[in-house]
Amino acid sequence: MSVPGPTAGTRLEGSVPGGVLSGSVVQRVRGAHLGMVPIVGALLVIWAVLGVVNPAFLSAENLVNLTLQSVPVGVIALGVVLVLLVGQIDLSVGSVSGLAAALLAVGTVNLGWPVWVAVLAALSVGVVVGLGYGVLSTRLGLPSFVFTLAGLLVLAGVQLVVLGPKGSINLPFESWFVRTVQQGFLPTPLAWVLVAAVVAAYAAVLAVDHVRRVRAGLRGPGTGTGRIAGRTAVLAAVLAAAVAYLGTARGVGYTVVLFVALVAVVDLLLRRTRWGRSVRAVGGDRRSALLAGVAVRRTVVSCFVACSTFAALGGVLAAGRLAAANQGTGAADTYLTAIAAAVIGGTSLFGGRGSAWSALLGVLVIQSIANGLTLLNLDAATRYIATGAVLLLAIVVDMLLRGRREI
Amino acid sequence: MTGVPDQPVLAVRGVSKSFGGVRALVDVDVDVHEHEVLAVVGDNGAGKSTLAGILAGAFRPDEGQLLLDGAPVALDSPKQAHALGIAAVFQDLALVDDLDVVENLFLGRETLQGPFLDEVSMEREAWTLLDQLAATVPSVRLPVQALSGGQRQVVAVARALLGEPRVIVLDEPTASLGVRQSAEVLNLIERLRERGHAVVLVSHQAGELQAVADRILVLRLGRVHGEFAGDASYEDLLAAMTGAVRPVRGEHDAVPRGARHAGGAGVVRR
Repeated sequence: MSVPGPTAGTRLEGSVPGGVLSGSVVQRVRGAHLGMVPIVGALLVIWAVLGVVNPAFLSAENLVNLTLQSVPVGVIALGVVLVLLVGQIDLSVGSVSGLAAALLAVGTVNLGWPVWVAVLAALSVGVVVGLGYGVLSTRLGLPSFVFTLAGLLVLAGVQLVVLGPKGSINLPFESWFVRTVQQGFLPTPLAWVLVAAVVAAYAAVLAVDHVRRVRAGLRGPGTGTGRIAGRTAVLAAVLAAAVAYLGTARGVGYTVVLFVALVAVVDLLLRRTRWGRSVRAVGGDRRSALLAGVAVRRTVVSCFVACSTFAALGGVLAAGRLAAANQGTGAADTYLTAIAAAVIGGTSLFGGRGSAWSALLGVLVIQSIANGLTLLNLDAATRYIATGAVLLLAIVVDMLLRGRREI
Repeated sequence: MTGVPDQPVLAVRGVSKSFGGVRALVDVDVDVHEHEVLAVVGDNGAGKSTLAGILAGAFRPDEGQLLLDGAPVALDSPKQAHALGIAAVFQDLALVDDLDVVENLFLGRETLQGPFLDEVSMEREAWTLLDQLAATVPSVRLPVQALSGGQRQVVAVARALLGEPRVIVLDEPTASLGVRQSAEVLNLIERLRERGHAVVLVSHQAGELQAVADRILVLRLGRVHGEFAGDASYEDLLAAMTGAVRPVRGEHDAVPRGARHAGGAGVVRR
């Protein structure tokens, strides 16, 4: 050690806690990125248990049903993920979906609109509601819990008005819209082409990223050819297994493809765009985001708009699936199921942490429980209790992760 | 700082600011020069943070004006101040705990590649910047809540340095730090001065300021209560901060500087 005493002392001193730090750092990083692992594990456990109790649950036909059932609530949950990420909540998603379904039915059946016009009208209701919420939140500073609760009631009332005295409107089964939503399945060859294309694109993105990082002299997460191969292999295996197994029954529904694609696009927007970063920053620490120059209001408004629009889309898909819109569409526990799905999937109720994939995983958990318990001839009571218990567990996990990371 | 009567990069002239009935600042004048560390000290409630906020564009003064290179400017937001070359590090650092170091550094001004974030170039720039500050951050992909207080301070300062501001306002940078981390931050401040920045250092810990400050401005109850050379004695600073009567006038280590404060050897201005 040719360095003068004090410096050497400092270095030595610095290197020892450094060693301790790197250990705790690994732990912390793991805590931060655990996100998806517990929920995937929970889903596999639930499937295994339900499959053992009643083998029919794991039959291809039942899983096809499960995917189709999951789509409307899943799309709503995807919007809920966005408002939760930005640190808000939207309790009115069920009412918005019900109103959108009612508009679609009234528009196509009573008023004779083309389907696409009715769908656009339904979606634009979502946009308008979201804009209204955004204004209430950012301009008047009202708590979203309160004004979306008001919205829940008001929009449920509007839904009844739109539906009229009959309270229920059936969509014609022969309409292409209903046929696509109910019975539209991806042809098997096309499904495999799609799988190949997605896997190839994913591998290409990882590889390009890797090359750029190596050129820039950076190391860290996301680098390493072994890691790229591993992640690509996992994605390929999951997609191939899903397409192959569901293909032994009816296959992968168009609405399922739409839902997964929406989740993937939202995930891309959240992780790789400036908007997505703003969402996480505003939800994580609104004041800091504001001081950093993030357009906080615009970000919050965009999330409310996206949430209500997804809710409206969920309502449209639900109407297509049932070939009807009635007073019960989007009512009862729809909004609670959607919010629970987002939280069970790993999106924090406290803002800033979560992923678009939590909508997919969370809704699969909830629908698996519902589907499995129905197969066992258990009633709604058991279903509510089981779903509630899983929700509680998810929140405990969220709190524990958060607590551990704050130590 | 040399004694050259160069034009201050940023000047505050007759600024007053009230919050409700509380007069946080009353008719304050400050000059900020490049290559200089100006320390602003005062007791709690002396108006230090308000002054920092006004310099950083977080507050608008009720009266008076700010001159940037001699020309009046109105700072409406921290973002605008940053665009004009005035960056601030607030007392609570204004970092987003859930975001990692790179995400925090570039928050609000991310580098884009087409429609998407250019993570690679941002990460590279982050390392360059942190190396310049001789920072010991274990990884730029850690959420900042996993960092120590000193490391978080470095990240906040590094963020302020993006875009090469001329003036950097540091509000209580060592308030929540231990002895060793405080020393690291004071080293960091010296490196900022060497880089040519004008540094405004707001603190209530008069003791540590003497190590790095070229000039020390004392605020008391919202008014400028004297201006000292960087090597002023702790007793003099304390006396000015608390308003206690100073036993001796015109000591060698308490020479007021600057034309606007040339009212005599006495330090207390009002």
